[in-house]
Amino acid sequence: MEVRVFRGVPGGEQGEVAYDVPPVEGMVVLDAIHHIQKHLQTDLACRWNCKAAKCGSCSAEINGTPRLMCKTRIDELPEGPVTVRPLAAFPLIKDLVTDVSWNYEVNKKIPPFTAAEGDRGPWRIQEVDIDRLYEFRRCIECFLCQDVCHILRNHDMRDRFYGPRFFVRVAGLEMHPKDVLNRVEQTRAEGGLGLCNITKCCTEVCPEHIHITDNAIIPLKERNADAHWDPINFVRRKLRRDSGGGAATRGLDEEPAGGPPR
Amino acid sequence: MAEPYTTIDCDVLVVGAGGTGLRAAVAAAEAGCRVQVVSKSLLGKAHTVMAEGGIAAGLGNVDADDSWTVHFADTMRGGKMLNNWRMVEIYAKEVIDRVFELERWGGLFDRTEDGRIMQRAFGAHSHRRLCHVGDRTGLELIRTCQDKAVHTPGVEVSMEYTLTQLLGDGHHVTGAIGYDRNDGQFVVVRAKAVVLATGGWGRMYRTTSNSWEGTGDGAAMAYLAGAELLDMEFVQFHPTGMIWPPGARGILVTEAVRGEGGMLFNSEGQRFMLEYDPQKKDLSSRDVVARSIFKEVKAGRGTPHGGAYLDIRHRGAEYIKKKLPSMWEQFHSLASVDITREPMEVYPTIHYTMGGVRVDPESAATRVAALYAAGEVAGGLHGSNRLGGNSLGDILVFGKRAGEYAAEYAKTVGSAPVIADAQVAEAQSDALRFLAGDGDATGENPYLLHEALQDAMQDDAGIARDQQSLTRSLEAILELQERAKRMRVGGGRVLNPGWHSCMDVVNMLTVSEAIVRSALERKESRGSQWRLDYPDLSEEQGRVNYAVYRDGELMRIRAVPLEPIPVELSRHLEDG
Ligand SMILES: Cc1cc2nc3c(=O)[nH]c(=O)nc-3n(C[C@H](O)[C@H](O)[C@H](O)COP(=O)(O)OP(=O)(O)OC[C@H]3O[C@@H](n4cnc5c(N)ncnc54)[C@H](O)[C@@H]3O)c2cc1C
Ligand code: SF4
Ligand code: SF4
Ligand code: FES
Repeated sequence: MEVRVFRGVPGGEQGEVAYDVPPVEGMVVLDAIHHIQKHLQTDLACRWNCKAAKCGSCSAEINGTPRLMCKTRIDELPEGPVTVRPLAAFPLIKDLVTDVSWNYEVNKKIPPFTAAEGDRGPWRIQEVDIDRLYEFRRCIECFLCQDVCHILRNHDMRDRFYGPRFFVRVAGLEMHPKDVLNRVEQTRAEGGLGLCNITKCCTEVCPEHIHITDNAIIPLKERNADAHWDPINFVRRKLRRDSGGGAATRGLDEEPAGGPPR
Repeated sequence: MAEPYTTIDCDVLVVGAGGTGLRAAVAAAEAGCRVQVVSKSLLGKAHTVMAEGGIAAGLGNVDADDSWTVHFADTMRGGKMLNNWRMVEIYAKEVIDRVFELERWGGLFDRTEDGRIMQRAFGAHSHRRLCHVGDRTGLELIRTCQDKAVHTPGVEVSMEYTLTQLLGDGHHVTGAIGYDRNDGQFVVVRAKAVVLATGGWGRMYRTTSNSWEGTGDGAAMAYLAGAELLDMEFVQFHPTGMIWPPGARGILVTEAVRGEGGMLFNSEGQRFMLEYDPQKKDLSSRDVVARSIFKEVKAGRGTPHGGAYLDIRHRGAEYIKKKLPSMWEQFHSLASVDITREPMEVYPTIHYTMGGVRVDPESAATRVAALYAAGEVAGGLHGSNRLGGNSLGDILVFGKRAGEYAAEYAKTVGSAPVIADAQVAEAQSDALRFLAGDGDATGENPYLLHEALQDAMQDDAGIARDQQSLTRSLEAILELQERAKRMRVGGGRVLNPGWHSCMDVVNMLTVSEAIVRSALERKESRGSQWRLDYPDLSEEQGRVNYAVYRDGELMRIRAVPLEPIPVELSRHLEDG
C-alpha cells in the first residue's frame, strides 16, 4: 500500500515522499505513519497523543481533507495511494507538524469564566440550563475547523478573526448560566464574528460533531444583532428549545432577513 | 564548554501540564511566585485529557450516607493497606473542595435531578461517588485548569519542551535542562523550587493506554537527582482495553461502562465475575477484574480475538449515547462495532502507575531540597492498587499542595541559584551523542530497542510474574541498557522523533529496572502485584513499602516501614 507523506522544513526541500506500508486489518492513517517512523524514516515528524480521537493532536490533511489521523481508517478511503499533508492554514515546522501557537494566543484574549462576585457555590444548576453547553465543551482543540475556514486559510486574517474554534469557546461561556460577562461585543469587534459567512465548512470537518455554525456562531450573531440583548427573547427561545427541537438546529430559520455577513 | 542555550528564570518550575502541573502552577502563582510551566506536548494534550470515567469525591449527592471517611476506607482497602494513610486522609477530605473549585472555575458536570453534581458507581467504591460529565471528564478537567492557568498572572507556559535532567548537587535542585522539541535547541530553566508533575509510565509495556509521553522521565530524573522511588512494583492493568483491530490494541474502554451497568462475559456466555467476586461482581477492584479476564482467556474461554465480552446493550441506545458517547464513537469508528447492538471485546491494558517519587504527605516534598512531586509521578496515595477516579482527585489535591509548598520554599531562597556550566555541558553531550550527524548512523535503532523492552516487560514483568520471569526481564533490561549506549539516529536537531526516542528509551530503561527490582523484592501477591510463586498476602511484607534509590552507579532498594494508622482513623476502616 502506498502512503505519500509530505516531508520538509520551511526554506528547505519540500515534497511528498512515497512509502510502501504493509496493510493491517483495521489500520488507521496514524498506524501507517508510525510504521514509517519505526522502520523507514526515524526522523519523520508528526504529533499524536491519545490515538483514540480524544486529544486533538494528530490533525493532518488526508487526501486533501482535514482529519484526525488516529480516527481515519485506511479501508474507508478510496483505493489508491493515501496522501498525508500538514494543515495548510498554519506555518510549517517540519513534515506533518505545523505551528499552531497562534490559537493559544487567541484563547488568552478571551476573558475566563467569571461568576458574580461572591457567588462561590456549590451551585444548584439544572441540566436543562446547561444541556446545550456540553456540546461546546466537547471541543478537543484539533484546530481542523480553523484549518478549513477560508478566512484563515485563504485570507490569513488572523489579526481580526478568532476562528470557529473560539466562537465555540465564547458560546460556551456566553451561554453558561453562571457567567456574568457580556462577550458578544468583543467577539464582534475583535473576534471578527461578522466576517463569518456561514459556509459551514468548519462544522463539516469537526471530529466531535459540534454544530459550530448552527449552535455557536449563529446564536452569537443573533445576540449581536440585538444592540441591547433582549432577555425576554432569550427566555422565549429557551422555552421553545426545552419543549423539543432546539433553537440551535433551527438557528438558520431565525436568522434575520439579509443575514450575515455583517 | 557548553553549547549555546537559552536561560529561563523563574521562582517555581512546574514540569508537566496535566491536571497536576496546571493546578500546581495556579497555586504557586497565587502565592506570589513567577511560575514556568513546561510540557512535552501542546497544552491540553496530557494524559489527563484522556480520562473518561470521573473524579471520586465523597459529596454524597447521590448516596447521602457517603462521606470522606467512607472514601478513605474504600481507598485504603483498595490499596490493600499499603497506602500512606495520611495522604489518603488529606486526599479524601480535600478532594471535595477541589471538585467544587473546578465548578467555580467554569467546569461543567452532569447533574442530579435536583441540580447537584451527578455521581456514578465505579469499581470498589462502596457508594456512587464519581463526579463526571459523560465519559469525557478528563477533557473537562484539563480544559478548565488550562483556562484558569493561562489567565492567572505569573504563569508562563512553554509548550513542546522536553526536560532531560534536573540540575543541582544531589541534595538540592536548582532547575533543569532540556530542549525545545521543535528546533532542538537547549533550554536551561533556573528555578528556586521545582514541582515534578510529569505523570506516569506505561510505554515500556506493549499493550498500554498511555500516549508517547508516558516514558517515566520524571521518575528517572528524580531518581538521578537523589530522590527515592516508592512502590514501583505496582503497575495497574486496567481490566478493559480494546483488543481489535490490532492498531487499537490497548486503547482504554472506560470503567464507566461497568459503572453504568455493563457486564463481562466469557465466550461461553458466563458472567464470570459472579464467581471471582460474588459481592462486587463486575465492579470489583481493577486488579481482581484484570486477573479474572486473564484467567478466563488462559482457560480457553476467550473471545475470537482473545479477550472477554463487555456488554452494555441492555441500557438501551439513548442512554448509552448520553452517558458513554465517546465509547460509542470509539468503537464505531475504530472497530466498526455499534456498542448499542453488539458487545465489546476487551482485554487488560497497562494503565496507571501506583508507585513513584517518595514524598512527604503534607507538602509533596521529596528528600531532595527544593524538589516536589505530585500526581501520577508521586507514590504513596494508592498503595498497591488505585481505585478508578482517585487519580483525577489526586492530581488536584496534591497538585495544589505541591504548588503552595514549592512557592513557600522558593520565597525562602534569596537570589537565583547558580547553574554550573560543566553540568550543562555534560547534559548536552548526553543528548547529542545519539545524533549521527554526517557520520555513521548504523548504531542501535531506538524504536527497535523500545520494542525489545516492551517484550521483556509485557511477557516477564506483566500481569502475572514469578522469580524466573522477573529475573529474565531484569537480565534483558540490563543488556538493553548496554545496547542503548550505542543508539544512533539520522536527521538533525529540528523536530526529530528518532532522536527524542533515544532519550525516552534511556528513561524507560531506568524506570523498568526499578519496577522489576521492586517486584523481585516483594515476595507476595498484593493488589496489582500477582506473583505466581507467592500467591498469598504476606503479613510481614504488608508492613513495608520498598524504595529504590541511587548509590553511585548502582540501583539499591530498601524496606520502609509503614506508619501505623491512628486509632481515630482505623475506626473508619472497621465501619463498612
Ligand atoms: C485513557 C485514560 C483514562 C483515564 N481515566 C481516568 C478516570 O476516569 N479517572 C481518574 O481518576 N483517572 C483516570 N486516568 C488516570 C489519570 O488520567 C492520570 O493519572 C492523570 O491524569 C495524571 O495526571 P498528571 O497531571 O499527573 O500527569 P499527565 O496528565 O500525564 O501529565 C504529565 C505532563 O508532564 C509532561 N512531561 C512529562 N515528561 C516531561 C519532560 N521530560 N519534560 C517536560 N514535560 C514533561 C507531559 O508533557 C504532560 O504535560 C486515566 C488515564 C488514561 C491514560
Ligand atoms: S462557517 Fe464561518 S467560521 Fe465556519 S468555516 Fe465558514 S466562514 Fe469559517
Ligand atoms: S470545534 Fe471541532 S474542529 Fe474545531 S477545534 Fe474543536 S473539535 Fe476541532
Ligand atoms: S492522537 Fe489524540 S486525537 Fe488523534
